[in-house]
Amino acid sequence: MSLPGRATYPEGRELAQVVAGRHRRGTIFKLTFLAALMLAVIALLTLLLQVIDSSFGYVALQNEVQPRELVASLGYGEDVDLVDLSKADLVVLLQQTISNNVGRRLERDQRFFDDRLVFENESKYVELCAGAEPVPGCSATARDQPGVYQLVVERVVQPTVLQTWTLLESVFSRGDIHAEAAAEYPQADLVFRSWVSGRFLVSPQAPDPAVAGVRTAVLGSLWIVAITLLFSFPVGVGAAIYLEEYASDNRLNRLIQTNINNLAGVPSIIYGMLGLAIFVRALEGFSSGAFFGVGGAGATTNGRTIVAAGLTLGLLILPIIIINAQEAIRAVPRSLRQAGMALGATKWQTTRAHVLPSALPGILTGTILAVARALGETAPLVVVGASTFITTDPSGPFSKFTALPIQIYQWTSRPQDEFRNIAAAAIIVLLVMLLTLNATAVILRNRYARRV
Amino acid sequence: MATDDPGIMIARVGTRTPGGDLAIGTHAMETTDMSVFYGSFRAVKDVSLQFRDHRITALIGPSGCGKSTVLRAFNRMNDLVPTARVEGRVLFHGQDIYEDSVDPVEVRRRVGMVFQKPNPFPKSIYDNVAWGAKVNGYQGEMNDLVEQSLRQAALWDEVKDKLDQSGLSLSGGQQQRLCIARTIAVTPEIILMDEPTSALDPIATLRIEELIQELKARYTIIIVTHNMQQAARASDFTAFLNMDEDRAGQVVEFGVTADIFTRPKKQETEDYITGRFG
Repeated sequence: MSLPGRATYPEGRELAQVVAGRHRRGTIFKLTFLAALMLAVIALLTLLLQVIDSSFGYVALQNEVQPRELVASLGYGEDVDLVDLSKADLVVLLQQTISNNVGRRLERDQRFFDDRLVFENESKYVELCAGAEPVPGCSATARDQPGVYQLVVERVVQPTVLQTWTLLESVFSRGDIHAEAAAEYPQADLVFRSWVSGRFLVSPQAPDPAVAGVRTAVLGSLWIVAITLLFSFPVGVGAAIYLEEYASDNRLNRLIQTNINNLAGVPSIIYGMLGLAIFVRALEGFSSGAFFGVGGAGATTNGRTIVAAGLTLGLLILPIIIINAQEAIRAVPRSLRQAGMALGATKWQTTRAHVLPSALPGILTGTILAVARALGETAPLVVVGASTFITTDPSGPFSKFTALPIQIYQWTSRPQDEFRNIAAAAIIVLLVMLLTLNATAVILRNRYARRV
Repeated sequence: MATDDPGIMIARVGTRTPGGDLAIGTHAMETTDMSVFYGSFRAVKDVSLQFRDHRITALIGPSGCGKSTVLRAFNRMNDLVPTARVEGRVLFHGQDIYEDSVDPVEVRRRVGMVFQKPNPFPKSIYDNVAWGAKVNGYQGEMNDLVEQSLRQAALWDEVKDKLDQSGLSLSGGQQQRLCIARTIAVTPEIILMDEPTSALDPIATLRIEELIQELKARYTIIIVTHNMQQAARASDFTAFLNMDEDRAGQVVEFGVTADIFTRPKKQETEDYITGRFG
């Protein structure tokens, strides 16, 4: 009797063919997976290229007054740039050019100096600032050098962007651009401009794309994220600790758990509606700051404030934080809990001393990733009522706000070319912020992973 | 099956064994008809055992017969399993530890436990020993306590220069002795050991066994082991547990170790210790 294997398995030539066929099918799958990966990489690279392409490039600029002349008029040498001038010098330039009426209006919005007025008489100072209802310009902090510089550029230099070119154009057809600019805009300067720059970061929002910056939006985003974190981290981690360490496995707790998992997948705009209903409308007294006596009677925020936005985003990422924290807590070995309990420690002593420290890197990583999501959210903020155009920095949790994604959204919807450039620059700023957060998460995880 | 009253048996054994001081002394822990349930499943059935002060009692038996479950019932570690339930009486110096008035936290300080796999805290060696004392409100000099505990666990000489290093940096055997030191630091009366050497190499195992012999002077020790030589070498009393047809663990035979291993009364015991099953 022959062994059954002899008859039923292929041998010899047949075997070689079958094996080759199996390898072939494996190779086809491998190539398919590789193609999928390549597609993803190409998509990402295209996105990145698009953004970078718009963020740098040649610009045909025409100035009403050349900055060099302005600097020279104050008696400085060739080596000094307009940007380097002190605030006092810049204010002098403003005084020379703009009318007193315009100056007064600027000053009533925001003073140039804390201790004196420039466009008004000193006697007016008492009337305006020391009265029962001081004008906004007196209560807010004075303009800083970047702000005044922006005013000088906007009001005195008055650059006009005549045409912009993308990075690829600027690199590959430089000669053509120079020829075109010389022919069409003989008065203009052709300069290579990096739209994302230090100046772009510190300048406030402005109607003119040539001088507008993202400071207002970045500060708004940071404020919002801070409120989000303050709310969702303690609440989320607390809920996760309860669910993992204390909740018994009954129907109610399972229902809660399922709902938390589902909430993590709810579209963000729905959280926006929730935030609008709760924080903006129902809790207007709280979110406008009236409840705390800040914001004042003159506040026009109607509850559409940083607090409302921060809490809305807090609700949005709360389920994500809970789930991440739960996973981190669950990953702590059972033996560690038993060791603690077996020594006669209470549950909380064990949780506090052993479970939480071991889970902390995971909790922090999850929280940072959730916050990164909040930083990039746009839809809920639109619903909650982000301001589309404000030029003053947020002064606290009860001020009106805009955020970086909102700013980008607003800029991209403008028809002029230059807004596309600054939108791309703002996208780079946002991406850098997000990558920084993610890198922090990775570093935290690696640091703690090595220690244990 | 296990209807013989082991208490009577020990008394009898004690009187006829030469140098029969094994029977002298009081019981640190005693169970009567103890059953442990996980949900509706009865894991352990009608266990009645007595553990003498300053003696080492070994629990042996095949895998899944409920040895660990019995052990965990003695310091209420089964409470951590939500569905677990204990019936019958578990007396610690005459006090039923499952009475409502008894706080399991206090039980666990008086009845310490060493686990199968060394599980030091991911903290310094010093903190590993000091933490239990701290949470239990120890009021004495902490440095002394740490040193004493490590000395008793025969670890002091190896770690005295690196007390601030992580407990996880030690070898497996050292980690297990650290866990013993940590348990000693809260001054329990009974130490439960759940297969304390099963994750260790033979040399580390030997050191732990020697240590257990030294600890006997101060503590009552109950040890679960898979290793029959270990039970024979290291224990004064041995209880053999086996499953019945419902998979519930029961005590088959309980007595002086020498008797169990040389003159078992039950065929089942003899089969097990001679390696014919299990």
